[in-house]
Amino acid sequence: MNRRGRVASGFSPGRVWAMLLRYLYLLRSSWPRTLELLYWPTLQILIWGFMSQFLYVNSNYVFRAFGVLLAAVMLWDVLFRGQLGLSISFLEEMWARNLGHLFVTPLRPSEWVASLLAMSLIRLLIGLVPAAFVAILLYHYSIFSLGLPLAAFFPVLLVMGWALGLAICGVILRHGMGAESLAWLAVFTLSPLSAVYYPVSILPGWLQHAAWALPSTYVFEGMRAVLFQHVFRADYLLTAAALDLVWLGLGIAAFFWAFHDARRRGALLQMGE
Amino acid sequence: MPAPAIYVEDLVKRYPAAVAVDGISFTVARGTTTALLGGNGAGKTTTLSILLGLLLPTAGRVQVLGEDILRHRYRVLSRMNFSSPFVDLPHRLTVRQNLLVYARLYALSRRRERIERLAGDLQIAEFLDRPAGKLSAGQKTRVSLAKALLNEPELLLLDEPTASLDPDTGDWVRSYLEGWRSRTGATILMASHNMAEVERLCSDVLMMKAGKIVDRGSPQALIGRYGRANLEEVFLHIVRRPASELEPVS
Repeated sequence: MNRRGRVASGFSPGRVWAMLLRYLYLLRSSWPRTLELLYWPTLQILIWGFMSQFLYVNSNYVFRAFGVLLAAVMLWDVLFRGQLGLSISFLEEMWARNLGHLFVTPLRPSEWVASLLAMSLIRLLIGLVPAAFVAILLYHYSIFSLGLPLAAFFPVLLVMGWALGLAICGVILRHGMGAESLAWLAVFTLSPLSAVYYPVSILPGWLQHAAWALPSTYVFEGMRAVLFQHVFRADYLLTAAALDLVWLGLGIAAFFWAFHDARRRGALLQMGE
Repeated sequence: MPAPAIYVEDLVKRYPAAVAVDGISFTVARGTTTALLGGNGAGKTTTLSILLGLLLPTAGRVQVLGEDILRHRYRVLSRMNFSSPFVDLPHRLTVRQNLLVYARLYALSRRRERIERLAGDLQIAEFLDRPAGKLSAGQKTRVSLAKALLNEPELLLLDEPTASLDPDTGDWVRSYLEGWRSRTGATILMASHNMAEVERLCSDVLMMKAGKIVDRGSPQALIGRYGRANLEEVFLHIVRRPASELEPVS
């Protein structure tokens, strides 16, 4: 290898690592941002933990499975933080107006996306692991007691978060920073449909059809099946995984179409606050 | 004979509301410094963006260092680079962190050694560990140049390299670029509004107006052709004439 380095050919893990390093430097440079990652998940656990303790003696639903609300909060956070972690790293480049620098290097959009996905996972774990331990310490409820199903639920929700995050990044690439708030808001439109805290059967019939198009709905129904009936619904998992592939495909397509369109419009140099 | 550093043929960039580049053709020979001149909106930045692969043209052929930039940009991006005072490096990372990230993006070996050497050359060593956002305009320009020279580019594209610099720092940057180009034999294509800078650095000038190349030649040839005292007067003459009176040369 000469001093100029290897000629860029194909997907390069080295460039993915370079971008990941950039986001880690960024995270390290600001302790308030790291604190923010911990703040909301922990606060959510505190609120829903006390709520669960109250409902345990006042509600048959929570009495049957104390952890049903806490598990729902934490699993919802996998989806939400997975999406937000990706979108925030993407927005960091917008705020820094850095796309003009990045894309005159051999960095490929797919390598950038890979680094955004990796950073999303890191940010998610920074936020969620301490919250999970707070639940164990304060309420004696461990999300890990879900056992193997948790290992299935986690990636399904994370991939759905990534799909949504990529689509949102695509919208921001297409419409500029005016669409920035979507990064925080869009996922919440799916919350009522995902049946996070209640069974999907509560929804009106016509809305249930929409709910069953979301991978997350299968996860939360599957979670309740584990907690209430002590059964693991493999059919739910397989359907959720298949839907995940569709969602991820759409998210990737939206992102790459928007990126190509930004190159056509000359937006990569101008994109910023 | 090696291909020219840049070969552009019938390049067009059309937006819904305007034509930014209107069928230009030009070549830039290897080892030269060429200026892309024109008033605001003449099409300079659009042309540079297309050469960098950041912007897709509507029509035309663009070869950079012998490669078709539209089809094979990844073959050539590691051999070129770009610097502009209007595109800052991320503010919250230190200068060293920024340079390390870019060194990795270019897959450079001996990254720290290379950064230290460039820091010495460009006199940025004392603020390598300062956030990039806390630098003065002159310091930012030198850091941006360090980023642009990390991969020892064969082709360097510069967008107004000395804009907003004081005369002393501007002169330092021009001297550095002169020395760097003659040492490395690299090619520079720069957009500039500083005519004295262009006269000093450039062997060739492409004059753009309303998306067309309306004249070209060495600074001295242009000054002679228009019977003016310097390139600034030539520039003013061209930008103030109605576009309809100027005959495109491409």
